[in-house]
Amino acid sequence: MDFNASFRNPDLARGLLEKIRRSLTRPWVLMEICGGQTHSIVRSGLDQLLPAEIELVHGPGCPVCVTPLEQIDRALAIASRPDVIFTSYGDMLRVPGSQRDLFSVRAQGGDVRVVYSPLDALKLARENPGKQVVFFAIGFETTAPPNVMAVEQAKRLGIDNFSVLVSHVRVPPALHAILGSPANRVQGFLLAGHVCAVMGYWEYPPIAQKYRVPMTVTGFEPLDLLHGIWQTVQMLEAGETRVANAYSRLVTEEGNRPAQALIQRVFMESDRAWRGIGVIPGSGWKLRPEYAAFDAENRFDVAAITPQESPVCIAGQIMQGLKKPRQCPAFGADCTPEHPLGATMVSSEGACAAYYKYQR
Amino acid sequence: MSHDLVQKVFLPAFGNPALNAGDDGAVLPAESGRLVLSIDSHVVAPLFFPGGDIGRLAVCGTVNDVAVMGAKPLYLTAGFILEEGLPLETLQRVVDSMRVAADQAGVKIVSGDTKVVQRGKADGLYISTCGAGFLPEGRNLSGAFARPGDVVLLSGCMGDHGVAVLAARGELGLETEIESDCAPLNGLIADLLAVCPETHVLRDPTRGGVATTLNEIAAQAGVCITLQETSLPVRPQVRAVCEMLGFDPLYVANEGKLLIILPRQQAGRALETLRRHPYGAQACQVGEVTEAPARRVLLKTTLGSTRVVDVLMGEMLPRIC
Repeated sequence: MDFNASFRNPDLARGLLEKIRRSLTRPWVLMEICGGQTHSIVRSGLDQLLPAEIELVHGPGCPVCVTPLEQIDRALAIASRPDVIFTSYGDMLRVPGSQRDLFSVRAQGGDVRVVYSPLDALKLARENPGKQVVFFAIGFETTAPPNVMAVEQAKRLGIDNFSVLVSHVRVPPALHAILGSPANRVQGFLLAGHVCAVMGYWEYPPIAQKYRVPMTVTGFEPLDLLHGIWQTVQMLEAGETRVANAYSRLVTEEGNRPAQALIQRVFMESDRAWRGIGVIPGSGWKLRPEYAAFDAENRFDVAAITPQESPVCIAGQIMQGLKKPRQCPAFGADCTPEHPLGATMVSSEGACAAYYKYQR
Repeated sequence: MSHDLVQKVFLPAFGNPALNAGDDGAVLPAESGRLVLSIDSHVVAPLFFPGGDIGRLAVCGTVNDVAVMGAKPLYLTAGFILEEGLPLETLQRVVDSMRVAADQAGVKIVSGDTKVVQRGKADGLYISTCGAGFLPEGRNLSGAFARPGDVVLLSGCMGDHGVAVLAARGELGLETEIESDCAPLNGLIADLLAVCPETHVLRDPTRGGVATTLNEIAAQAGVCITLQETSLPVRPQVRAVCEMLGFDPLYVANEGKLLIILPRQQAGRALETLRRHPYGAQACQVGEVTEAPARRVLLKTTLGSTRVVDVLMGEMLPRIC
């Protein structure tokens, strides 16, 4: 069985589209949380195929996009040091800080390397005892388990030339921020399937009930997304505010408990700034004091900085579902993936980058 | 040092009258038609990968650039930048591989140059090759000649080379059986042009893949090229690696594939000819040329929607999750 082809089957997609069409009696605004979902929607053109009554707005779930500018500037400062091997997930390399990006640090002689897992960075630290190896630990709940695993192992094995620059964010506080805003338009959510694979979805029913908004745990393939949309529309039409699971091949209500326990052991809740949105209380994770020795912010003197965002960019409004990329005057003109002005154009998973790439 | 290399490594492998003469330049007989010249520099890590190596790449890459112009490639020159301390056996392997590829393509390496640079300055070995061939009168191929009503053919699966090299680097912990498609395409092209002389465009989609090459053609000719997602040939293993890393096979490099744009009426005959050749066995039609929107490449998705296919920006980066 070609696993992916099965979840892109055009006949089944047509069937689901028809079911969605039949269950609609009025327009609804849905938000997909995750940048991976946004990309899949735009790449497969689902937004063109859905009934006009369904408006999809794009959520803040792109970890690269929401990593705050000051944290990127800290990364650039650390990566420029001659004693450092700076490691990162690939798509962080292009993200511009106030002045430059990790690519240009590398071009100027900095040792910046792409790793696919933080455990590879830990291995680099063991192989290069004369160097400080720093991993840029960004992401949502999805990347938290490997990131805390690397820190835990570094502590257990006494690898003292390894540290992490943490910029971790969580979905539930972002939902509170979006739904609590008086300008909110979102009536139903497609929850991020891979976040829920780690965390389960037990955190969401109180949010759904508080704001009277149904939510569906949703995957990333076109059929997953259509399934999630169908479930959400049915709940909206019936006036239900439950949390449904349309990604049960990966997600259970309780999630991955050992991973959650490890995250709790290494990380603690913290306020966190989201690029383009601002500080959301309790929305992030940072290292617990017991692991402070592995915090790159402590290890290196990365002085306080006052980063300057572009005044034209409307990334914050896009990530809260208030505007679409084409409503930005800079979109595709002054702001392109080659020369991004803000958060949602920088990452390949950002909403502006997705529109630019597939639907310009 | 360089003199020794010439005597012990290069002459025994490449020997031919023009090179053996030992003069500063090669004196060669000309054929009728117009001269086509092309140059390409080759840097690749690792130097050896499944299905090829930097030597085979240096020969095939330049042979293909001359051949897609419609010319018959005859001669190559080769410039080597060697890093101090490069094992002689490594160089020998690369040179032997160049000889095999040159023989396969029917070209001679008629002039060469070697420079040695300090250790750490050249990733082992760089090779630049320049190719020359003759283009018969009356034959003209260019990206600018793509016309509405033409169809787009592709000689085989996308992305084999890029994925093979990526896996060979070992950084991502990937194990695949994928081999690079690195091959000289002049034989395939000669067969095609013999039966389809009205071919408008030939191009080998190397760095940036099929998507980037078609964007170049769409811009050159001021046309729209529309691809059918269901027709795009990709090996399941290549698709799996790309899915995992967040790459699109449309953007992954090929080193032995040919894009052909010709009038629709000739598609059947062209495909038949291509499929008879070992390098074109999986040839298929992947798209068509229309007038508008000009200078755009579009993709009809499996689900029936349409999206833009842009050029590759910067380098491909594995995604976070």
